[in-house]
Amino acid sequence: MNRLDMRQISKEFGGIAALSGAEFSARAGEVHALMGENGAGKSTLMKILAGAYTHDGGEIRIGGEAVSIMNPQDAIRNGVSIIYQEFSLARDLTVAENILIETLGHGLFVDRKAMDARAEKLLARMGFDDIQPGEIAGGLTIARQQVVEICKALSRDCSILVLDEPTAVLTTHETEKLFDLVRRLRDQGVCIIYISHRLDEIFSLCDRVTVLKDGATVGTWETAVLDHKTLVNLMIGRELKDFFPERHATPGAVALEVDGLAAGALVSDISFNVRRGEVLGIGGLVGAGRTEVLRAIFGADPIARGEIRIDGETRSIRSPGDAVRAGIGLVPEDRKQQGCLLHMPILNNAMLTPVNPHLGFLGLIRDARERGATEALRSRLNLKAASIDAEAGTLSGGNQQKVAIMKWLVSGCEILLLDEPTRGVDVGAKVELYRVINELAANGAAIVMVSSEMLELIGMCDRVIVMRAGRLAGELSGPQLTEEGIIELAMGRKHVH
Amino acid sequence: MSTNPKAPSLVSILVSYNTYIMLIALVVISTLLSEHFLTLQNLFNLLRQLAPLALVSIGMLLVILTGGIDLSVGSVAAIGGMGVAMAMPALPFDGVAALTICVFGAVLFGALLGAINGALVAGFGMASFVATLAMMTMARGLAYMLSNGQPVRFPRDLPTAQILTGFGSKGLPGIGLPWPVLAVAVVIVLFVFLLRRTNWGRLTVATGSNEDAVRLAGLPVWRYKFLAFTLCGALSALAGIFVTSRTAVGTPVTGIGLELDAIAACVIGGALLSGGRGTVTNTMIGVLILGLIGNIMNLMSVPAYPQQIIKGVIIILAVLMQGIGARAKRRV
Repeated sequence: MNRLDMRQISKEFGGIAALSGAEFSARAGEVHALMGENGAGKSTLMKILAGAYTHDGGEIRIGGEAVSIMNPQDAIRNGVSIIYQEFSLARDLTVAENILIETLGHGLFVDRKAMDARAEKLLARMGFDDIQPGEIAGGLTIARQQVVEICKALSRDCSILVLDEPTAVLTTHETEKLFDLVRRLRDQGVCIIYISHRLDEIFSLCDRVTVLKDGATVGTWETAVLDHKTLVNLMIGRELKDFFPERHATPGAVALEVDGLAAGALVSDISFNVRRGEVLGIGGLVGAGRTEVLRAIFGADPIARGEIRIDGETRSIRSPGDAVRAGIGLVPEDRKQQGCLLHMPILNNAMLTPVNPHLGFLGLIRDARERGATEALRSRLNLKAASIDAEAGTLSGGNQQKVAIMKWLVSGCEILLLDEPTRGVDVGAKVELYRVINELAANGAAIVMVSSEMLELIGMCDRVIVMRAGRLAGELSGPQLTEEGIIELAMGRKHVH
Repeated sequence: MSTNPKAPSLVSILVSYNTYIMLIALVVISTLLSEHFLTLQNLFNLLRQLAPLALVSIGMLLVILTGGIDLSVGSVAAIGGMGVAMAMPALPFDGVAALTICVFGAVLFGALLGAINGALVAGFGMASFVATLAMMTMARGLAYMLSNGQPVRFPRDLPTAQILTGFGSKGLPGIGLPWPVLAVAVVIVLFVFLLRRTNWGRLTVATGSNEDAVRLAGLPVWRYKFLAFTLCGALSALAGIFVTSRTAVGTPVTGIGLELDAIAACVIGGALLSGGRGTVTNTMIGVLILGLIGNIMNLMSVPAYPQQIIKGVIIILAVLMQGIGARAKRRV
């Protein structure tokens, strides 16, 4: 019997249907993946379940009974908990206080001993008895904060647990531990709904998959009968071979040479070069120092040792300003916090550079020139926006990423450092970004791309260097450039299947 | 069918233009309350009194746009006003040149104090609330020390002083538009232009909107913050000089609480205290609203203490309205 049934759910925002008759059912004791492109309605559906939105039509049944979920309290009372990407922990309180935060409001005094004991029991149930109830939550690693968050959900007897992209912030090792935990909860009879863009995870963790497209349910399948290709086709309705667009760039002269780079605690003795028209990938585990390499080249972190040569000339780069003037642009990993001005128009984002060629005397803004240049970039990058005066925050993730790239094209940067450029964007938008990257390379840009998705590295890059613990583990290209090859170098051992 | 979904509802109009509506409402109330309100004489007087607050509010807005706050504006204004009052009789020569030197010197000193704020915030990463709180008490202390706590008077017949007080009390020949109001108008136009039409202005706003993104775009964030505090100091000192020109005396108690009125003007005008949003024109509407509230209550002979409470309530209402507006906008 189904633990959860959502029938004919519909929801409109300002006259636009986000969900129209979506169907979703999940059983107790299963991990059920909810898939779909961004905008397909996954998060709307889950927010309705969690009481963050109210549905316009349809019915929710939990344990066979129709329930009314009008607000988050209703959801909690019905045993539904959702773990968002951004945690809601009170960073200065202890682990136990966080887990049992709802009981803190009851009574005048806090029985610390009883609280700690209860928290300890919950942690032990999840196999994390090494987390002390008295520890300050903010001092834990992200992965452990997530465990505390899940404990908090369990403390209120949740029978339906929604995990929204839980591994986006975790390392591979932490991801494994999370998966163990999820399996343990499943075996204890919890119904787990799992949202992720990472196909690998779906196949290794989930029992069944439900695919949403354009606000309606495409269908539900046992994971065992699906493969990568079919799943992607179900989500985007097109073939996987179109996934990575054809490349027509021929590598030219060496544009960027990094020689013996060392920076901070995480980067030592990194050397590589990139040619014009080439896409160089940097692979490796999260925490291997890939982001740090890009930041050091860009002057965002100080360089301890090493040399950076641009077009054969040694350049001293002490700040991001130096880097931009030398023709290097960085598109950071966290586009919302670092890549874009979300509350500013696209135009202002495009002109956010120390080398804006459209400025007049004394920094006067020449509106017509700037608008012309921005419009040209908008069509070149195929940016989907109502106008260049739209705030960047109103755009989808993929389009925000294009906005983050715009300023470097305005600046004439020909060396682009892209840090996880497609993280958190849906499949269709990924393909769009791949096209943009290829177009830039075809026009003579040298591109360095950090990615955690191996398929992306293989499909997009001419060569891939792999980092391990801050050092260069090796370089792959041509027939050696395979998932096994990358894993082998990233983990430092033969990967056993 | 009958209603066009794109036509804005009355509520949404009220919410999105709340500052303008409030200003108009206050003007109407004032007109109804007193037949003297809509006379040129009264309006000019009101604007003349508001001139110093307008200057300080522009400075405050610059700092707020970058995501900071400046609590020292009132104390810096006191030093500016006193500095001119002390310097005028001390100079060995008189006239426009002497006044120019005095004003220039006082404004420069204000800019220096602002630059210290800016260096502490932008260079040493100190919280602007703390850095400017320290400057607020230091500058006020300096003002008391320089004057021994007494008002600084200057000879009325000093030619330099006559030019200054003439500026403060007279106006454009003919219609009588007060000189300080005219001067403020010039400053307003200047800063509207700087913020809207120059790259510096745009990047100052961007800094408050998302400092990390601006830094990672290769732009020197510290420079925009530093300059905002420096200009705020300069404008505060200038405001103090305007007070001295009107009252013909420099006192160390000038501008006590001025920082609160300036912050209130920015907030009523829709500026975000977290930075990145706010305009000079809307801030000036905030100044007018604050001024009109005071004017109305004077016309109604409300005593000074209740006035403060009413002012606070109106500030809260204005900000509440903006909160509703922002939420309504998000829901669309």
